[in-house]
Amino acid sequence: MHVPDGFFDAPTSIATGVVAVVAIGVSLRGARRELDDRTAPMAGLVAAFVFAAQMLNFPVGAGTSGHLMGGAVAAVLVGPWTAVLATSVVFVVQTLMFADGGITAIGTNITVMGLATVVVGYGVFRGLQAVLPKRLALVPVLAGIGAFASVPVASLLFVALYAVGGAAPVPLDTLTTAMVGVHSLIGIGEGLITFLAVAGIIAVRPDLVRGARPVLAERTLEIRTETTGATA
Amino acid sequence: MGAGHGHRLHYHGHSPLHRAPAHLKLLGLLGFMLVVVATPDHWFAAFGAYLLVLLGVVALSQVPPTYLLKRMVVEVPFVVFALVLPFVAYGEQVEVLGLSLSRPGLLAAFGILATATLGVLASLTLAATTEPQALLAGLERLRVPSLLVQIMSFMVRYLDVVTGEMQRMRVARESRGFSARDPRQWPVIARSTGALFIRSYERGERVHLAMLSRGYTGTMPEHGGHR
Repeated sequence: MHVPDGFFDAPTSIATGVVAVVAIGVSLRGARRELDDRTAPMAGLVAAFVFAAQMLNFPVGAGTSGHLMGGAVAAVLVGPWTAVLATSVVFVVQTLMFADGGITAIGTNITVMGLATVVVGYGVFRGLQAVLPKRLALVPVLAGIGAFASVPVASLLFVALYAVGGAAPVPLDTLTTAMVGVHSLIGIGEGLITFLAVAGIIAVRPDLVRGARPVLAERTLEIRTETTGATA
Repeated sequence: MGAGHGHRLHYHGHSPLHRAPAHLKLLGLLGFMLVVVATPDHWFAAFGAYLLVLLGVVALSQVPPTYLLKRMVVEVPFVVFALVLPFVAYGEQVEVLGLSLSRPGLLAAFGILATATLGVLASLTLAATTEPQALLAGLERLRVPSLLVQIMSFMVRYLDVVTGEMQRMRVARESRGFSARDPRQWPVIARSTGALFIRSYERGERVHLAMLSRGYTGTMPEHGGHR
């Protein structure tokens, strides 16, 4: 559901374009801290992963299915700066090479579906992590909650943009109710899938989940000296 | 670069549009669409003129119109929104075929449909006539930060590899009798997503090491400079 050309007026498109450019500029610096000289290949592969994950369909029943948006899950897995870069690159490639989303709406798409989901998803995740006990089992749960919150908040941002620069005078309360209602449902799916996917990764490679690092750092090496059975 | 990395929209050809430098095509698309977006909805003649210009460009590109038409389905969700608009928008009501419709809603619906259609068709024409590598080089010439272009080129390079990996996982799941029908199957698909992330991440690490061993210092060698 990428915003096409002409959905928002020119000033709104240009304003979100400026927001996107600034966010990408800041993230390019931030990602160097997260990944140093690995930035280009790693962020590129993460972007390819986000693109592929968006193609993976989760059946909802009755023949319909949904897919991951991926901003929040990427933020928990690789850090917010790299996640902003990866999702932005996905939108640019989808616009230029797949004609999905308008070229004048590229800033809007990046701001609403990339930047907002990453900021909200990661913000909620880190906020909860700060107040709750640092347990590895909690990381996927918090990631899921962050992902759930990110979708309706992004839809609210969309409604706010529509109120400022939308094409037609639509009753805003109806639009808000419809958009937030539908996207809360979508958010439940996003949250559940994120929870399950992050739990799956933590089970095998907890070291790859950046959001789990504060938890892993608190673990101390435990040397068990009592031997049972075979003594050497 | 090896075979099979042309993207799905590219249509091989040798028209003047195929040969035109990618950065000019990008600027052309952006400029054209900015003009279209800035045009008031009720300038119907202007939209007709834009369409004629665009159709002229499509004709020049020698890409078959059916090739482009088939790929315009990405527009559909917003067509639906545009069709709903006249029923829900405020403003003066007009009678059309016995239905009471909002005049500003109708106008906005026309604006959205016209602009989005022009945008999709123009973007498709760019994608059909420009190789991904040329597009990346064009972005680089337009002073897009080099690191961002590098990230994009890695994504484009490994897109088919990663989606291929995903397809193989799907074949593996389904050959073991798995079929996804409702949310009870989500844990399995989510674990595949996790596995796909781990494989992508580890591939990224291997690519980085391979680059280091070939002397990578943070900038990419010039494209096709010494071959």
